[in-house]
Amino acid sequence: MIRTIAVAAVLGLGITAVLAQSDPITERRNTMKAVGAGSRDGAAIAKGEAPFEAAKAQAIAKAYVDAAKKMPGLYPDSSKTGGETTAAPKIWEDQAGFKAAFAKFETDAAAIGTAADVAGFRTAFGNATKNCGSCHEVYRIKK
Amino acid sequence: MLRLRRLLVTLVLLAAVAFGGFYVLTDPRIVSPSPEIGTLPAPDLENGKLLFAAGGCASCHATPNQDDKLRLGGGLALGSPFGTFHAPNISPHTRDGIGNWGVKDFVDAMAAGVSPAGQHYYPAFPYTSYRLMPPKALADLFAYIRTLSPVEGRAADHVLAFPFNIRRVVGGWKLLFFEGASFKPDPTKSEEWNRGAYLVNGPGHCAECHSDRNALGAIVQATRLAGGPDPEGRGWVPNITQAPDALGKWSKEEIAELLKTGFTPSFDSVGGTMAAVVRNTAQLPEADRLAMAEYLKSLPAVQGPARPAARAAN
Repeated sequence: MIRTIAVAAVLGLGITAVLAQSDPITERRNTMKAVGAGSRDGAAIAKGEAPFEAAKAQAIAKAYVDAAKKMPGLYPDSSKTGGETTAAPKIWEDQAGFKAAFAKFETDAAAIGTAADVAGFRTAFGNATKNCGSCHEVYRIKK
Repeated sequence: MLRLRRLLVTLVLLAAVAFGGFYVLTDPRIVSPSPEIGTLPAPDLENGKLLFAAGGCASCHATPNQDDKLRLGGGLALGSPFGTFHAPNISPHTRDGIGNWGVKDFVDAMAAGVSPAGQHYYPAFPYTSYRLMPPKALADLFAYIRTLSPVEGRAADHVLAFPFNIRRVVGGWKLLFFEGASFKPDPTKSEEWNRGAYLVNGPGHCAECHSDRNALGAIVQATRLAGGPDPEGRGWVPNITQAPDALGKWSKEEIAELLKTGFTPSFDSVGGTMAAVVRNTAQLPEADRLAMAEYLKSLPAVQGPARPAARAAN
């Protein structure tokens, strides 16, 4: 019985994953949620509400870098509209600029992982999160 | 025959009276008289700089496609259901900008929506909000703008459909929708609340985007600040009243944080033109961001217009 449930659960997870992959809008929203979670942890450290730990800094950097690598591929022409997307038409009009924005974010994000103390973290985190607004300003519509 | 002639004469007379009435009533000086300026102290440039940031002047008037937000050459195209507006050059250039203006010209423009030549400005320029700034504040802002670099060149003309391309028509609009008084503090509220109300409704002109508009492009007061379709035609501007799915669950500090960093409490980062707004509000003193939040927290919960479901699905 337990085994049946376990198998069903694993299958269920598998199906969800496949569905997510086949739906780029859902997948990019989930990817951005992971970025948001990293920002929450990072902001707590930058504000001194949580202690600086190298492992945490590396985890935040990894969440950002993974997203920066994955995101540009999640915008096929078929996903311009639909769901709750707030993707701006500019993404498809200016693919080069869009990809360059993620490349810059990836570089800035990687620097967070090499921070040795809270001061270094604050600088690197500040630089990386400046990309949020500058990219959203151009490539995202109001919602 | 005589009867018919009398009728015709009456009609012509009525038409003349109606036209004359319209002409008089839509006169910029009658529908939006100049505010009384009085004697002003020497301008406070620091306050002018603060108001420049709070007012988001650069967001529309900075020359597009270059990085210096203090080059106010204009030219940005602003879409609307009535046509396309082009933000003018407001740099202190004597020929192409406002270098030849006096304080009175600036106050008339900002608080009455009237140009130095005595013409109406279109309310795409949010004098409907800016008018809340008293002449002293406007003089400070004017003095600050005059310290910036003159930029050569004029923006393209607005491209508007008939009858909106006739500026005099704005007089009728003002008659219906424009109120010209400056900000009056509410003595029953705290100083912080009043500062916030002033910043949000005056220089900050938040309601200009965060409200639905009627067919004539005026803010629907019943759903003021409760969001609506983006006037530029893309997406949806969020409700910022205290409705539960708007800012009802946000703390005052969380609202101030958004105005500083652009991050929502769930660490989403705002996009579109709000990113530029945050660049501006980030320059304000923390006390001013908190005051804006204090005021927004005091607003009633208002449900905005329903989002069309088809819009999201198609």
